[in-house]
Amino acid sequence: MFQTADMLNIFQKYRGDAIVIPGRGGRHWIDISTNEKRDIPLGDPAMGGHASFGMGLALAQPDEKVILFDSEGDVLMNLGALVTIAEKAPENFYHFMLDNECYATTGGQPVPNAQNVAYDVIAKGAGYSKTYAFDNLEEFTNNIEDILAQPGPVFVAMKVFPHIENEPIGSRRRWQTRTRDKVIEDVQEQMGV
Amino acid sequence: MVQSEAANLNPETVLAEMKKNGVTHVVWLPDSETNWLYMLMKNDPELDLITVSREGQAFSIAAGLSVGGKNPIILIQNTGMMESGDSLRGWCLGMHIPVVMMVGYRGYTRHGVNSDTAATYTERFLNAFGIQYYLVENDSDAERISVAFEEAIQTKRPVAILVGDEYHGFH
Repeated sequence: MFQTADMLNIFQKYRGDAIVIPGRGGRHWIDISTNEKRDIPLGDPAMGGHASFGMGLALAQPDEKVILFDSEGDVLMNLGALVTIAEKAPENFYHFMLDNECYATTGGQPVPNAQNVAYDVIAKGAGYSKTYAFDNLEEFTNNIEDILAQPGPVFVAMKVFPHIENEPIGSRRRWQTRTRDKVIEDVQEQMGV
Repeated sequence: MVQSEAANLNPETVLAEMKKNGVTHVVWLPDSETNWLYMLMKNDPELDLITVSREGQAFSIAAGLSVGGKNPIILIQNTGMMESGDSLRGWCLGMHIPVVMMVGYRGYTRHGVNSDTAATYTERFLNAFGIQYYLVENDSDAERISVAFEEAIQTKRPVAILVGDEYHGFH
């Protein structure tokens, strides 16, 4: 396992001008990103939908590289989405998945069969042409440039340490600095929409 | 009794409404009522069909397409719409996505005697979410589809078309 923030710091070096949907990595990415207006930090509109949203955006903007940091809890809620992504096969879509083996924001309860799921194998079986799994940062570091240089859709499963929250939701620090409407307005301006 | 064509909802009519309103992508899950429409849509080079395996995915896909500047339509059955409540809430209502969803009204009996709970809860569901809807039963109602598109854009919200008739064959 590795720290999400460490991974994102390495990823940032290779991000280029890609559109980044930070998903469950949002609270870390907001302090790392150097191109905020091309980020789409949505928080959690409805769990399980980030992959489908990312695919939709990638299909709509084929000239933009779209990179998503999904989570295993989200992916499990909509495993069928992987099949649709594989069928539509947007070459500009890079689907990274943070696997902390639990529902961290609700107190750290394990996801079903938490330690025994091979998400890269599931993605491969769904039809993704390229899939990876990393549980140490060195391997991730050695591969990230090549991963982003190849056509998508690519799926990358990563084992990360959980950041478990037990505070009542109303007392938690709000990390977002822009409203969702502003986020969308900014990225649409960037994409020329 | 032979029904006149105007008493049917023909797939050509629905497709014409989609084209008139600039639909770029059809995000859908097939049901028994939409096969005729599918055969037309898949042969249309201007439409990109995205098939989902659960209806909730349609709302987040539509949100991504819309943010990216495209004009999707969602084509699902009422059963799947009810399954999709949280996705509809978060990805379309919460993000102010102007999208039309055409919903097959399984069990619809023109508000007569109803034996299908899918129909029982359809309009109650839409009312609970505050979603405007229009009923389309035949070709003469089809202009309501354009009304739904206009309203979705004006309000930046999803608007539903309830399809109260099975699509009939080609004419």
